[in-house]
Amino acid sequence: MNLLNSLISGLSLGSVYAIIALGYTMVYGISKMLNFAHGDVIMVGGYVSFIMSMYVGMNGWIALLVAMGACTVLGIVIERLAYRPLRGTGSLAVLITAIGVSYFLQNMALLIWGANPRVFPSILKGKGPYRFAGGDLTISAESILTIVAIVVIMIVLTLFVNKTKAGKAMRAVSEDNGAAQLMGINVNQSISLTFAIGSALAAVAGVLMCSAYPVLMPTTGAMPGIKAFTAAVFGGIGSIPGAMIGGLILGVIEIFAKSYISTELSDAIVFACLIIVLLVRPTGLLGKKISEKV
Amino acid sequence: MADRILKSINTRGLKNAVRGSEYKKEALISYGILIGGYILLQLGAMTGLIGRNLQGQFVPICVYVSLAISLNLVVGISGELSLGHAGFMAVGAFTGAVVVRVLENGIGFAPLRLLIALLISAAVAALAGLIIGLPILGLRGDYLAIVTLAFGEIIKNFMNVIYFALDENGHLKFAFNHEIEGIDNSGRILTGPIGATGVTKIATFTYAAILTAFTLFVVLNIKNSKQGRAIMAIRDNRIAGESIGLNVKKYKLMAFVVSASLAGMAGCMFGQNFSTLAPVKFNFNTSVLILVFVVLGGIGNIWGGMIAAALLTILPEALRQFSDYRMLVYSIVLIAVMIATYNPTIKSRISTLWDKVNPFKNKDKDKGKKPKKTGKEAA
Repeated sequence: MNLLNSLISGLSLGSVYAIIALGYTMVYGISKMLNFAHGDVIMVGGYVSFIMSMYVGMNGWIALLVAMGACTVLGIVIERLAYRPLRGTGSLAVLITAIGVSYFLQNMALLIWGANPRVFPSILKGKGPYRFAGGDLTISAESILTIVAIVVIMIVLTLFVNKTKAGKAMRAVSEDNGAAQLMGINVNQSISLTFAIGSALAAVAGVLMCSAYPVLMPTTGAMPGIKAFTAAVFGGIGSIPGAMIGGLILGVIEIFAKSYISTELSDAIVFACLIIVLLVRPTGLLGKKISEKV
Repeated sequence: MADRILKSINTRGLKNAVRGSEYKKEALISYGILIGGYILLQLGAMTGLIGRNLQGQFVPICVYVSLAISLNLVVGISGELSLGHAGFMAVGAFTGAVVVRVLENGIGFAPLRLLIALLISAAVAALAGLIIGLPILGLRGDYLAIVTLAFGEIIKNFMNVIYFALDENGHLKFAFNHEIEGIDNSGRILTGPIGATGVTKIATFTYAAILTAFTLFVVLNIKNSKQGRAIMAIRDNRIAGESIGLNVKKYKLMAFVVSASLAGMAGCMFGQNFSTLAPVKFNFNTSVLILVFVVLGGIGNIWGGMIAAALLTILPEALRQFSDYRMLVYSIVLIAVMIATYNPTIKSRISTLWDKVNPFKNKDKDKGKKPKKTGKEAA
């Protein structure tokens, strides 16, 4: 039962990582950049939702929608102001700019909301935990919600990317930017759309994560951001199913390491697993093979 | 004074100007900046123009400058993105802290202790670099970046759980948990989760500057050696390099290990500048900070990275009057400078503007503020 408990909390944590990793992987797929500010968008989403439900008195679900809206706008603005001027100048320049944006968001949050950790009100306050098998198996409502959320997001996203016109345009741009432009696809719009979706997902991840682990401060997003980035690479960066699988596996490994090996070393174990996977499969679990042209 | 030294090196540089003149120029500027900066800061400290706060930053400035130089070996010369440079710095810092404490009773002469600590730190960090580099250098681009990030985090994590202690007989003990292996409260814990404590500060500005000069010497010489040219050839075209028989892995590993060991030495010096040393200091943000120096200075441009490192270490201090806003200002400056230096339209606009106001029209683009360069047109 203990094992099952760990597995479920691992899957729940993994779902959060997967939702964040989806944002990383989509942005990487379309603009080949590592968006290190993504983790901080999560934090902004958490704060917006917190303010809306605590001070404005909104229902948690409506606060979530507001947070998604705010992060969508934020994502588009960041892309427009900081990343677009550097498009096509090599990944390192954009990487450093992304880090600058990350510092900016963290320090802005520090100025606006202060350094004190806030206790985040769960979106499912008062529900659960549910007990099964005579109380041995305890599942929190948040765990169920995050796992349901990733399944829904995955289905909707797959349908969107494969079936809709905008999704096809996104795939075309990520395949070959120049050719897509020649075919009459609005590349800028596609990239903005990707950032919008990724940031909206980040808001969802922020609210879910803070519901499950209710501490909110300006650096809240940093570590989950790095972990989710790891998850995206784990699954093969640029691949949407890869991000989901990577996130889930990473979450399960982390919880198992925490409960069976060592709490302090859990991060080291997670990163060690990533390295082992990359040594066996150099482009991640589902990553495309890069063929080199002479 | 700095000018005279520069000029004397300058004329020597001109004698064999044709072959390796690029290298000579780079070496001149780099050493010039180092010597000029050292003299300027020393003078500033002596005359009291530079305040105490900034004087406390002298050793960190030197350390960050050497870290920028050594990371440039991997990012600029070898062309691999490394996000774990702070990990090697941590290895060096903690090795150094332990070695200095162990030698405390044996060797009274502090500089000698520091030297031994530096050498051992360099060796241990090189070993870490070898262990890390050996399996992963086959990976490409962003995958290599994430693995170096992962290693940096792993190293930090290990520093959090490893204990080093001296027992009552003065023997060095080591454990993952301080209750086992006879490390009890009678022994002195040298380093643990709260970091190394009770470090006697033996780093001075002069020692740190010498270390920076050494780092510069090593990296510049590698860049101008047969090996360095091989490394750069592989960076520019891996397949072409392989086809003329260059051992790609060997050269990449060489750059990586040398860079790691230099970072270890810098870390050792860094550690000896603070009385306590926490593993948190060497997290991902520090790795990124060093990378920012390198990219801002121009990837592969060694003296550019040096200037960026020095300025960006001073900047938060200089912005102290803005207190709460300083990191915000820092991040805005970072984004603005990145866009200004890399965006093609803005870049060309700046250079036309610069041409208009530039009083030294036919001199080069290096704005020549610190090193006064006269050799260009003669060469």
